[in-house]
Amino acid sequence: MIRLGALAVGLLFVLNALWGAVVPREEATPDMAKQLHKHPKHVEWAHNGPGNLGIFGTFDRGQLQRGFQVYKEVCSACHSINRVAFRDLADLGFSEAQIKAIAAEYEVAAIDANGEPTTRKATPADKFPLVYANEAAARAAQNGANPPDLSLMTKARPDGTNYVYSLLTGYSDDVPQGWAKPDTLYYNPYFHSINIAMPPPLAADGQVTYADGSPATVDQYAKDVSAFLTWTAEPKLENRKETGVAAILFLIIMTGLGYLSYRKVWADIKKPA
Amino acid sequence: MSFPWAKEYKPTSAVGQWMDERLPLPRFIFNALGPGYPTPKNLNAFYNFGVLAGVALVIQIITGVVLAMHYAPNVAIAFDSVEHIMRDVNGGWMIRYMHAVGASFFFGVVYIHIFRGLYYGSYKPPREMIWMLGLVIFLLMMATAFMGYVLVWGQMSFWGAQVITGLFSALPVVGTSIQTWLLGGFSPDNATLNRFFSLHYLLPFVIFGVIVLHVWALHIPGSNNPTGIDVKSEADTVPFHPYYTAKDFVGLGIYLIVFSAFVFFMPNSLGEPDNYIPANPLSTPAHIVPEWYFWPFYAILRAFTTDFLGVPAKLWGVIAMFASILLLFLLPWLDTSPVRSNNYRPLSRILFWVFVVVALLLGVCGGKPAEEPWVRLSQVLTAYYFAHFLIILPIVSKLEKTKALPGSISEAVLAKYGKGGGAAPVAQPAE
Repeated sequence: MIRLGALAVGLLFVLNALWGAVVPREEATPDMAKQLHKHPKHVEWAHNGPGNLGIFGTFDRGQLQRGFQVYKEVCSACHSINRVAFRDLADLGFSEAQIKAIAAEYEVAAIDANGEPTTRKATPADKFPLVYANEAAARAAQNGANPPDLSLMTKARPDGTNYVYSLLTGYSDDVPQGWAKPDTLYYNPYFHSINIAMPPPLAADGQVTYADGSPATVDQYAKDVSAFLTWTAEPKLENRKETGVAAILFLIIMTGLGYLSYRKVWADIKKPA
Repeated sequence: MSFPWAKEYKPTSAVGQWMDERLPLPRFIFNALGPGYPTPKNLNAFYNFGVLAGVALVIQIITGVVLAMHYAPNVAIAFDSVEHIMRDVNGGWMIRYMHAVGASFFFGVVYIHIFRGLYYGSYKPPREMIWMLGLVIFLLMMATAFMGYVLVWGQMSFWGAQVITGLFSALPVVGTSIQTWLLGGFSPDNATLNRFFSLHYLLPFVIFGVIVLHVWALHIPGSNNPTGIDVKSEADTVPFHPYYTAKDFVGLGIYLIVFSAFVFFMPNSLGEPDNYIPANPLSTPAHIVPEWYFWPFYAILRAFTTDFLGVPAKLWGVIAMFASILLLFLLPWLDTSPVRSNNYRPLSRILFWVFVVVALLLGVCGGKPAEEPWVRLSQVLTAYYFAHFLIILPIVSKLEKTKALPGSISEAVLAKYGKGGGAAPVAQPAE
């Protein structure tokens, strides 16, 4: 009885699903954005270690500091990194005095002695303030676009670090035939919808002056700021990998000893007769 | 409850004696996992995954309890509190990655555990209750994992909650009311987040309770084994401790190594980047996809694209998705072959592997956007999924000529190890 019922129900589902497969359907219109869209370029990162495998490797402190400089001088005009606190900059190799000085360049909201809203200089305990008070203010100032907070950007996009690098270096004036690009937008095949509201932020070599003698090129700026944003998204990356190597070494030894005791326990069962 | 030759618990100390007379907990453990539980001596590595699933649940509960100390179930700050855990809580990144990766691994080991049961016929008499309780655990896991994913309150959390509760709106007449009732509003909001947090904290303990029943039911007939034949004498078994405690420990070590590789070196590889974008009810992600462990069922849900017999396509999809799991409850009565193990069922064994491939391909389809060729492929695969359990298996189990079974488990083991460890066949074909 159960099997007869099952047969009937089974036939119902099978016929239904197969019917769906044979019913002709409208041809999907080819999505040009999908054809133009490019996957991120591949770059070797210091924090990915040998072979770019991501097992060893630490952040290049110099690169993070340069990336922070690029962020501060270029990106921060529109984009916040509101999940990062000034005190976190110690990870980049800044001293306490330097961090205090950096924080003091920013104003954060406060309440004065009379209870009135005011602002004060930021301290190391504060987070990097928002650039715009809210989304409406951002859109009003940015021609309708809303510059996202960058704290988590490299984790919020597939292959994020490479994505940020590719996006920053991927602008092109060669708009393909048949692709509609409004004048207020820019062509960038690494962006998911191809037309991006952000003007090329890194426009020319020499735009940022590095103190450490690293090449002042757009390519270098893009790499440095991508590395910096990898740190803002995953500040515990080094700690994580260090712990991982220790944990796995421990587990390998533990499992090896466990295997030896397994062999010993089972010796009388598995020995050839 | 056990075989007559099971070792009996004998307290070795005065304290043990005192305890045994008042609360025989050590006796209970001795009989459940210790030397008092005779276990077939031919269990292979796949029989390790039940224990691994138990460990995975314990890891989820421990890390989850700690996360709940720092997490705030409020739409205004839920996402921020998760980032607070990642950045400011000591070791918080590790706890959270263990919990997120742990969910994937829990499903991974449970899927292997289920497929092991399918291959060796562990759902057959007298183990039907174990099988059905296992399915109850699986359903509870799915609900728990879904609600946990929503707690992050990222883009996929929000839109996942919208889509999954929206399934119920496909039901006629009462559908929309049910969705509103589940969400506590007309769209996912604070009420949703709060109830999901409450249930996400509750359900793992319900799962734990059902696991106790699952293991209790297991201890009545004892474990199945790769030959699928019953234990006949003491020569067929070894005491669970030290034999399987030693073996399971090795499996656990290997499991933890793989788990650690993901937690520490690629913690986000199993998740969707979109969930690192805070939930935004005004912006729909381009592709709403669940986590990988739901992909096969998501493919079945989307495989029904035409109205059929006056029932709308969307409702068919929802019915089929639930049916695809619920039909497994009937499996012990659909597959009527008296032979359990597929090692001795030549036809069924091929069908098993075909089904594995179909299930994996359904998973691939479920992870892709709803466009060709994936939709048509998932329709054919879905048809096969239902045909496998409801049509093919019942017929094959009637018609199939099975191979001769070994006389006993120890005979099968001797055939394997007896002749100087040579690869002697486990059994001879019937003809």
